[in-house]
Amino acid sequence: MDIKSMKNYLYWLYCQFELITCSYLMEPWEKLLFYTFNVTMLVMVLYTAYIFVPVHISTAFQFFLHLLGNQHENTVSVVK
Amino acid sequence: INHIVHNGGLYKRPFNEDFEETPMLVAVLTYVGYGVLTLFGYLRDFMRQWKIEKCQNATEREEQKDFVPLYQDFENFYNRNLYMRIRDSWNRPICSVPGAKVDMMERVSHDYNWTFTYTGRVIKDIINMGSYNYLGFAQKAGTCQEAAAKVLSQYGAGVCSTRQEMGNLDKHEELEKLVARFLGVESAMAYGMGFATNSMNIPALVGKGCLILSDELNHASLVLGARLSGATIRIFKHNNMQSLEKLLKDAIVHGQPRTRRPWKKILILVEGIYSMEGSIVRLPEVIALKKKYKSYLYLDEAHSIGALGPTGRGVVEYFGLSPEDVDVMMGTFTKSFGAAGGYIGGKKELIDYLRTYSHSAVYATSLSPPVVEQIITSMKCIMGEDGTTVGKARVQQLAENTRYFRRRLKEMGFIIYGNEDSPVVPLMLYMPAKIGAFGREMLKRNIGVVVVGFPATPIIESRARFCLSAAHTKEMLDTALKEINEVGDLLQLKYSRHRLVPLLDRPFDETTYEETED
Repeated sequence: MDIKSMKNYLYWLYCQFELITCSYLMEPWEKLLFYTFNVTMLVMVLYTAYIFVPVHISTAFQFFLHLLGNQHENTVSVVK
Repeated sequence: INHIVHNGGLYKRPFNEDFEETPMLVAVLTYVGYGVLTLFGYLRDFMRQWKIEKCQNATEREEQKDFVPLYQDFENFYNRNLYMRIRDSWNRPICSVPGAKVDMMERVSHDYNWTFTYTGRVIKDIINMGSYNYLGFAQKAGTCQEAAAKVLSQYGAGVCSTRQEMGNLDKHEELEKLVARFLGVESAMAYGMGFATNSMNIPALVGKGCLILSDELNHASLVLGARLSGATIRIFKHNNMQSLEKLLKDAIVHGQPRTRRPWKKILILVEGIYSMEGSIVRLPEVIALKKKYKSYLYLDEAHSIGALGPTGRGVVEYFGLSPEDVDVMMGTFTKSFGAAGGYIGGKKELIDYLRTYSHSAVYATSLSPPVVEQIITSMKCIMGEDGTTVGKARVQQLAENTRYFRRRLKEMGFIIYGNEDSPVVPLMLYMPAKIGAFGREMLKRNIGVVVVGFPATPIIESRARFCLSAAHTKEMLDTALKEINEVGDLLQLKYSRHRLVPLLDRPFDETTYEETED
């Protein structure tokens, strides 16, 4: 049953997260506060990545292409 | 290829000790965990101060709020914010004799460990991996118990006096002669409390103008005794003979700090087995150093008496040395003999001096007669004088259990500290949440363990400490190992990355004493 073992594995991963960040020891309202804070931070980071990363990558790509393209043209003209 | 020389022939057998280094990722994650808990601790303290939450811990009275604060230091912060969350792993009430199996009263907490209530149920037959029951003499039936019951009906339970006044029974004289014979020393003296043996006798031996060289990880009783004596205390690194030699050289060359006079006495305080690390002292080297620099040695064999050595005579026999080389041999009856109290053994002049000048002899009540009889019977059993081979069998069973248990745990992949032959087995946990989780999960599986955190250990090196016993059968150990394996997989405790080789003798390296093959 792949789904069942997958669910067990995900539950085990969640337990490890709880143990490492000590949310295993927290009272329910503390856990709520902690998880809300974490999830908010994560959503904000992902949103920022979604908005800005494609623009950054395409700009960088264009920059390098322009640099290489210009160089190639220059050498061609000198030889001529 | 493993080396041959064992420190110039001082050691007759290989000395295998290992303290694996903390993995970097684990250390970082432990700090993350402590960081999160600290932040929540500040939040809860804030809420308690502003009365948003009910304050259940001790605070000053209203009239004393302007005085110097009593509960603001780190220890109290740790206590109310971290210790309270995992408090159910300690002070568990047991309701049977703490042998190989023990019964425990079940308790629940409805307000997150601030208060406990008993459900009324008794959890039976929990495998006991936490009691200092090394030779299995914590029994409620058998020769020791019968002898103690007979003495109880003869002498009663109370002594009602100190040793120097009316509390010196013939049982005490018999016990002291037996202890002296057991250890191979001229004379011995027994006291009612092991902690008090250390803390009340070191002040009688050293005073101002003397130097005490004490190991880094010495027990609180030795530290207290050293501080009470008023002597100068210098600390050497744990079990590190180069550090000890450097301190001795400096002491002889420079003398006392201001006046440069020679020290009146230099006393080296070491323990046989260190109970938090499971390491054994390097006694041959300490004795060689002591003889070279003409100082005295005080050996605290609380955990090693009865537990090490082919006939259970302790760490001196384990290394094949002579008891005459150790000036003061101290030990306790609590661990291997199943009783209470402590003893000091040595030359006759020393013990006669202590009989007059020790605080414990003058002010403390002497040992209770049934307890004395328990010690006498168990000691005779270990020495083989009761006519059976039970004692020898127990000592051998403990050695076998130790080797088996340690080998299996190391094979499973846990980080285990300490010497191969020590019956104290610390298993590293590191993260604070795992301290509480380990204790609870093992109790669910009917195994009782002792988990230790700050302040008994450094803050990131929390551990679970197993104490093996001759009363554990191989089936019990196998059950325990199976459950530890399961819990180790569940909580991801198998941090060890190395295969191990025996400790190499090499020049002093200040960074680490980890000896492994990558």
